[in-house]
Amino acid sequence: MDTPIQRYNNTAMALHWLVALLIFAAFPLGVYMHDLPLSPTKLQYYSYHKWIGITILLLVIARVVWRFTHRPPPLPESTPRWEVVVSHITHLALYGLLIVIPLSGWLMSSAKGFQTVWFGVLPLPDLVEKNKELGELLATVHQGLNVFLFLLVGMHIAAVIKHKFIDHDQILERMLPKGKSK
Amino acid sequence: MKSLLRIVLLSSAVFSSFASAVEFKQVQANESSVTFGYKQMGVNMEGKFAKFTAQTSFDPAKLAKAQARIDIDLSSIDTGSEEANDEVVGKQWFNAKAFPSAGFISTGVKALGGNRYEAMGKLTIKGKTLDVTAPFTFQASGTRGLFDGVFTIKRLDYNIGEGVWTDVSTVANEIQIKFHIVLIAAPNKK
Ligand code: HEM
Repeated sequence: MDTPIQRYNNTAMALHWLVALLIFAAFPLGVYMHDLPLSPTKLQYYSYHKWIGITILLLVIARVVWRFTHRPPPLPESTPRWEVVVSHITHLALYGLLIVIPLSGWLMSSAKGFQTVWFGVLPLPDLVEKNKELGELLATVHQGLNVFLFLLVGMHIAAVIKHKFIDHDQILERMLPKGKSK
Repeated sequence: MKSLLRIVLLSSAVFSSFASAVEFKQVQANESSVTFGYKQMGVNMEGKFAKFTAQTSFDPAKLAKAQARIDIDLSSIDTGSEEANDEVVGKQWFNAKAFPSAGFISTGVKALGGNRYEAMGKLTIKGKTLDVTAPFTFQASGTRGLFDGVFTIKRLDYNIGEGVWTDVSTVANEIQIKFHIVLIAAPNKK
């Protein structure tokens, strides 16, 4: 392990950790706000959730662009084939979910008759008309996709733990700024 | 004979003068609407009142006699979401149990030129009566008369939204009330 590891570049790291942070804000907020009795606080939380969610959408689009224009550092030679495949599928699914989930939220909001105005400043167009049934359907879709996201993020974190404490490789360090590794 | 003819002529003259000064009286409830707009977290929202009654008589030539009275059944409110509909009939908002309706009674109408007018009147909501002025347009086509107007009230003036809801940064204080009233000219009494 003396050879210097190849890391993701700063842009990729910044985007990764920013999105991670925002998911850890949007997800619990989404679960929590849902059951609150109607109050100004609830209306505020819904707006914050929507603003954070749209921010995630934009950052993930930036990540996808980065990913298409850059080659991520190669995995260690020793990585078993099945791990390569599973990690690719997981990462692809995470990108997909992080685009589809905010889109479903945006459409749901339109269908429910609440336009999304990003940070109270930028109004997003209502891509669907107000429609109660569609709104409820999209809420179910949003919720269902989030269950997937929860499972995949769980897997993602479990994999990091496995690499760190079982395989003792430097997979985590690839995504951490310099100075943290020996 | 001569006097009989005079009576006929006279009465028909009276009749036609009635007919020319058309008075719009019969409100077409199914074509009329009272809607409102407000901002919630900076987002434009719209709602409506499904049930209201209006008694109006309006003759552009006799504004001094114009009258309007609108009573709104507050439990018929549609704010755009069910959760909010349940909330706004409650104590902190309209307290619809104690104050089931809101009402407007005109006190006068002013011509502003063209088809534009201004109605002055008293608006009562939740037991509080305040003066309001509502500009509107009036258009007559045949026997149909259309009134369209918008005016803005401040909900806190009427204590609509008490307690935590007095926070106007979440639900704005300004509420635009839009009315679209269709009237049919009254068939004149002979
Ligand atoms: C990656 C971004 C997002 C994540 C991780 C996320 C996550 C969640 C979660 C976990 C819930 C709770 C589901 C439930 O228990 O019913 C939720 C609800 C909700 N989300 Fe999102 N969300 C995201 C983006 C968005 C966006 C962009 C919008 C709208 C513009 C949005 C609008 C909503 C709404 C309105 C609800 C409440 C649904 C209801 O009350 O029935 N979300 N979200």
